[in-house]
Amino acid sequence: MSNGKKLLACPYVIWSAVFIIIPLCMVFYYGLTDKSGAFTMANIAAIATAEHAKALWLSILLSLISTVICFLLAYPLAMILCNLNVNQHSFIVLVFILPMWMNFLLRTLAWQTLLEKTGVINNILGFLHLPTLNIINTPYAIILGMVYNFLPFMVLPLYNVLVKIDKNVINAARDLGANSIQTFFKVILPLSVPGIISGITMVFVPALTTFVISTLLGGSKILLIGNVIEQEFTQTGNWNLGSGLSIVLMLFIIINMVATAIFDKEGTGTAL
Amino acid sequence: MNKLIDLQHITKTFDSNTVLDDMNLYIRENEFLTLLGPSGCGKTTTLRIIGGFENPDSGSVIFDGQDITSLAPNKRQVNTVFQKYALFPHMDIAENIAFGLKIKNKSKSYIDDKIKYALKLVNLDGYERRMPDSLSGGQQQRIAIARAIVNEPKVLLLDEPLGALDLKLRQDMQYELIRLKNELGITFIYVTHDQEEALTMSDTIVVMNQGYIQQIGTPEDIYNEPENAFVADFIGDSNILDSIMIRDELVEILGARFACVDTGFGENTPVDVVIRPEDVELVEPENGTIEGVVTHIIFKGVHYEMEVTANGFEWLVHSTRMFAVGTKVGIHVDPFNIQIMHKPESEDEEAVGVNE
Repeated sequence: MSNGKKLLACPYVIWSAVFIIIPLCMVFYYGLTDKSGAFTMANIAAIATAEHAKALWLSILLSLISTVICFLLAYPLAMILCNLNVNQHSFIVLVFILPMWMNFLLRTLAWQTLLEKTGVINNILGFLHLPTLNIINTPYAIILGMVYNFLPFMVLPLYNVLVKIDKNVINAARDLGANSIQTFFKVILPLSVPGIISGITMVFVPALTTFVISTLLGGSKILLIGNVIEQEFTQTGNWNLGSGLSIVLMLFIIINMVATAIFDKEGTGTAL
Repeated sequence: MNKLIDLQHITKTFDSNTVLDDMNLYIRENEFLTLLGPSGCGKTTTLRIIGGFENPDSGSVIFDGQDITSLAPNKRQVNTVFQKYALFPHMDIAENIAFGLKIKNKSKSYIDDKIKYALKLVNLDGYERRMPDSLSGGQQQRIAIARAIVNEPKVLLLDEPLGALDLKLRQDMQYELIRLKNELGITFIYVTHDQEEALTMSDTIVVMNQGYIQQIGTPEDIYNEPENAFVADFIGDSNILDSIMIRDELVEILGARFACVDTGFGENTPVDVVIRPEDVELVEPENGTIEGVVTHIIFKGVHYEMEVTANGFEWLVHSTRMFAVGTKVGIHVDPFNIQIMHKPESEDEEAVGVNE
């Protein structure tokens, strides 16, 4: 019996060895050696150079802003979803999930086309004699792209946790004299913390590491840490530096995960 | 007679399904009133309308002389004990109990005193710092009661509060609730589908079915003098027989004539007759009004439960005397144990489909 179960785990073990553990080891190997193969911390310390530190700082800032915007948009939406009947509910979920059926790159490219100086939006605005929108190749466009692409990852965990809150617990708060605002802050919000935390993680981590959104919507002027790492691998060909910076980025993600684990003591997280 | 709550012409529909139809009911101060009926009879909806969690489609809710029909739940002087406790899972017991008092900005010392008092009242002193999920169902239910009563409501609404507990605990909690009610001196409105619970605790029972009130009365009234076949069937076991009222004080049941005490039904009128199983006396065949054969017997502890086939009807009989299967017996019923009821005439009386 137990042997049979172990056998079933084989594909996963092989998969994770080949595609997760070995690549990870290689990243660490490259990150901690120089071109001649000797041990060095220089690749990690390289984050301190002005150019890299600026890219990391901008990445963190834009990811945080996007995460906050996603949260503020997703929470009311998730609450509305919870209170709908089944038919309305599946319709809205469909509308919401539909863009996700399209390729991530295509969606971002579409935003590029929309936002361009002579793009669709500006053509319409020009036609209406309104001032044009010049956010392409600015951090605003990157934030827009992040929010647009990652919003569903905030909505789903929030929805999952909100829909599980016993309606009678909310009724009980009202029954005990709390108005709807007090009920929200004293009962609904604290009970949705696990969903908030997994939502934040699921938006913040991909936003922090993205290079596609910044390349397509930020032009070549705005470098995020993801772009820097990508360039080290694909253009400069300095795998050691790219790996070293990846390790630093990983560190930030691990800090985020640990913070999540500390907040989410109950272990009721709803990561997808 | 002081009407504390008066429900007037309440109608409530969910998705074209009428749950309450022109319901009228008043609740007196300091009364233990039970809404009793099978699931879907409208009893919980009635409670939720009083609590403010549902708005009736039409009709009004009068509380202490004031119309509160559209008042929000947090503005009402009632508190609810919910079916599955509905404690706040992220707060400890003391915080749960203090919730309503903190909202009302009571002083810390007042709140602390109230928590102590309430925990003592429900026999759970020392549980202040425990979390709800570390408590058993019965304990959680008592905390839910404590959380409600510290707010000193005029009315406590209880929505099948014992439904999730096991039998022994349920019986203990029944006595506990009666004691609480007497100590607090407030009105209890209790919803249940358990007729035994209703009979044990209530001052007044309201039997409901399919959105209509079937009968209102004391437990004795409801049990001994059910007004229709539904009430008779729902409250305890009973033999319900199609019969004809020959004249005053004489009824023909399954072709045999029984003396009874009821009058005023007219002559040769079709009626329903209810005879409780403990009121059916088994005697020697020649001494009975009708003759039958014992077909089943089960030992129930306090008594034997038997089925006797007589004149084509399966009589349910409770007796401390045992009659073996196949024994020929006579059936005798004392006149005052025969309960005569009108046949249903209108829709609201017709709601008889029992699904126990």
